[in-house]
Amino acid sequence: MSRPPKRKLRAAPGSGRVLAAWRPAMLLALAPGAARAQVAVRGEIVYTMAGAPIKNGVVLVGKAGTIERVGPAGSVSIPKGYRVLAAKVVTPGLIDAHTVVGLAGALNAPFDQDQLDKSNPIQPDLRAVDAYNSRELLVGWLRHYGITTIHTGHGPGALISGQTMIVKTREVLTPRDVLDSTAMIALTVGPEVEKTFAPKSPGSRTKGIAMLREEFVKAQEYVKKRAAATAEKPVARDLNLDILADVLTGKIPVLATAQSARDIETTLRLAREFGFRLVLDGAAESYLLLDQLKAANVPIIIHPTMVRNAALMQNASVETIAKLRAAGLRVALQSGYEAYVPKTRVVLFEAAMAAGWGLPPEQALASITIDAARILGVEQRVGSLEPGKDGDLALFDGDPLEYLTHVCAVVMDGEVVEAGCH
Amino acid sequence: MHRHSNGCAAARCGAALLLAFHPGLLPAQDTAVAVRGGTILPMTGPEIKNGVLVVERGKIVAVGPAGQVKIPAGAKIVEAGGRVLMPGLIDTHSHIADAEWNDKASPIQGDVRILDALNPFADGVKRARAGGITTVNIMPGSGHLMSGQTAYLKLRDATRIEDMLICSDPITQICGGMKMANGTNSRGDPPFPGSRAKSAALVREKFIKAMEYREGLRQADSTKRPARDLELEGIAQVLDGKRVVHFHTHRADDIMTVLRLQREFGFRVVLHHTSEAWKVAKEIAQAGVPVSLIVIDSPGGKQEAIDWHPENGAALVKAGVLVGFHTDDWITDSRFFIRAAAMSVRAGMPRQKALEGLTIAGARILELEKRIGSLEPGKDADFIVLSGDPLSVYTRVEQTWIDGKKLFDLHDPVQRNYATGGYGYSRDDRVEIDEDAADAEVAR
Repeated sequence: MSRPPKRKLRAAPGSGRVLAAWRPAMLLALAPGAARAQVAVRGEIVYTMAGAPIKNGVVLVGKAGTIERVGPAGSVSIPKGYRVLAAKVVTPGLIDAHTVVGLAGALNAPFDQDQLDKSNPIQPDLRAVDAYNSRELLVGWLRHYGITTIHTGHGPGALISGQTMIVKTREVLTPRDVLDSTAMIALTVGPEVEKTFAPKSPGSRTKGIAMLREEFVKAQEYVKKRAAATAEKPVARDLNLDILADVLTGKIPVLATAQSARDIETTLRLAREFGFRLVLDGAAESYLLLDQLKAANVPIIIHPTMVRNAALMQNASVETIAKLRAAGLRVALQSGYEAYVPKTRVVLFEAAMAAGWGLPPEQALASITIDAARILGVEQRVGSLEPGKDGDLALFDGDPLEYLTHVCAVVMDGEVVEAGCH
Repeated sequence: MHRHSNGCAAARCGAALLLAFHPGLLPAQDTAVAVRGGTILPMTGPEIKNGVLVVERGKIVAVGPAGQVKIPAGAKIVEAGGRVLMPGLIDTHSHIADAEWNDKASPIQGDVRILDALNPFADGVKRARAGGITTVNIMPGSGHLMSGQTAYLKLRDATRIEDMLICSDPITQICGGMKMANGTNSRGDPPFPGSRAKSAALVREKFIKAMEYREGLRQADSTKRPARDLELEGIAQVLDGKRVVHFHTHRADDIMTVLRLQREFGFRVVLHHTSEAWKVAKEIAQAGVPVSLIVIDSPGGKQEAIDWHPENGAALVKAGVLVGFHTDDWITDSRFFIRAAAMSVRAGMPRQKALEGLTIAGARILELEKRIGSLEPGKDADFIVLSGDPLSVYTRVEQTWIDGKKLFDLHDPVQRNYATGGYGYSRDDRVEIDEDAADAEVAR
């Protein structure tokens, strides 16, 4: 099966009208590396996510593709030669704090599903960069809704399924577009691991945790050996333990998917025992454990607001993110992992539904911009509109969270990568 | 956790709540109810500001602007100032109430009735009400060329499924349609078809058998009539136009195959899902068949859905097709059904057509437009009260009324959980579409 041709402006046979069809590459005529235009983006409201929204704001993006100035139109004049874009509402490029898109493709056929290898329940050496497909249809789909940065990689379903990466949603990547090639390791606590590996081990929650602890103990030994190694007596290299050693020494955080309250508590217990940096993922029943999570001060990448209430997620609530935020926890939203139709969710819509159910709209926006950037450790580059940061912006014709509002342009590093309202 | 039979977590159910939750314990709603002060969207007429809706004995008796509608003496008054009223939503394709997938004995199972699987106590029913849904077409799955007879239900409080059916007697009446499918879901190892062409051939063979069966029943000599065959009986109802076919189909060529079969055998059909409808909107319009659309947030999940487009609704309406929506719950969630219309308007569908797609168009698709789908005197008192404009993400379904009874109230602390989710409010026996099943399906 070959990939479908890219959609372009085309007449829909039958309707006789031009479908303003999704056209991911319409404005990508600029070859990568071509000189970037300087851009001035004007917004009736500019949500910088660094301070209060600016009325009649201007964002200047310079030749380097980074933001030069941000401020009210009265105080920021647009230099000659800058291409001017205007919109009702301007936000930073959006961030999907956890997805598998790019490793998981739209066709859902074995050849485009690389998010989970089932040969071994613990494989921290699997690198996301070795599988990520920047030309994947779903990557373009997220981009055309304003999502410019994604944290993607190996999915839930194994004890440790592999690594994750943080990458821009460009169709053609340059090294600068990979913000972090080894962002986290994806660890899963809960019965979906048994489902993946049945009839082999682990066959229970307890067995899975025992296997993880054995592996972390091995990694502790490896850290000691590595420290004691000399040029004459080098330690035999083990790709899995190399990564786990980096986890134990705090270089790489653990992204632990746990949905039920008991699995979340088990995850906290593991983190206490081995001292790794923990980012909690999914966390459907986290609303039952607000005190414990606050005490552990753990950031949470919460499940999509509209996630199906089935199986492990049966007790999920659309109000969880609002409750976590109100409790003072650090939270970001994710599109998560979808096994069937639709093959991905869109964090913009998940944030919107959270706002519909009580999360203050600016916090909803933060959960897919600056809060996501901070949890992912990439806030120096993305997540807010501030001088020096990447010139990534999403332009809307109204409240970004409203159903009827359109994303009308997406800018990355000062380049218009998507245009046309949808 | 032990749960009261009406679905309330026993530990949390106070007596007052129990009553609120259990209209069956109260005397039948004989007194009139007047909902006043809100904006009414009747669907078949213009919007009414400061409107009054009067319902009595399960039916709408009056609807109009304040001052022009007489509120009967003794009517219970529901104040709806600042709220929006519209007809109860009609989901033309759902799998709630513990609907089951058939076994793999054969690819055509026209005798199987989904109603024999349904659980009136399922949380899915309450969650659908929380989404404003009052009528559903519950169907068996798409893993068969013909997976069986569907059930048109009102989401009443009931202890037996018969009391939810839109008809009064499932033994003597036809209470639903017939589910069929083409494309990839219904393929498999023998006896399932291994290709699209084989799929169509198997269906044609079966329809021809049903035609012969129907002919046989018309024999004057009763000894020459065929023995009763439940499957062929169901298909004969399809051929007679008494049972509408609900046809799962995605790709444009598969849609055209449905239309080809429909021309050959003359059955009445509704096209469901139709990922690629935008490519053949004119052809669908020419065939004069309605479409029940799914609205999802991304294409893909299988090859036949990769060209799914949010402009389907806009393209079909422009071509003149009758368009309704469905949740396909649990592909999308009943609680967010209104969103299907909103996202279609975002993609160019006219607002009124999108709202009709949730209501009167769905009624027409199920051929129930004389009873439901709009707020008009004489129709069933199925309506919802919204906190604001139906197409805003900030709007909530506050109340859902069916046959003049309020069966969902967002301000009831227990019922609210069916809208939000939470611990113990979604415990249905769902057929899970897991990754392995999806892989197997694609590999077929």
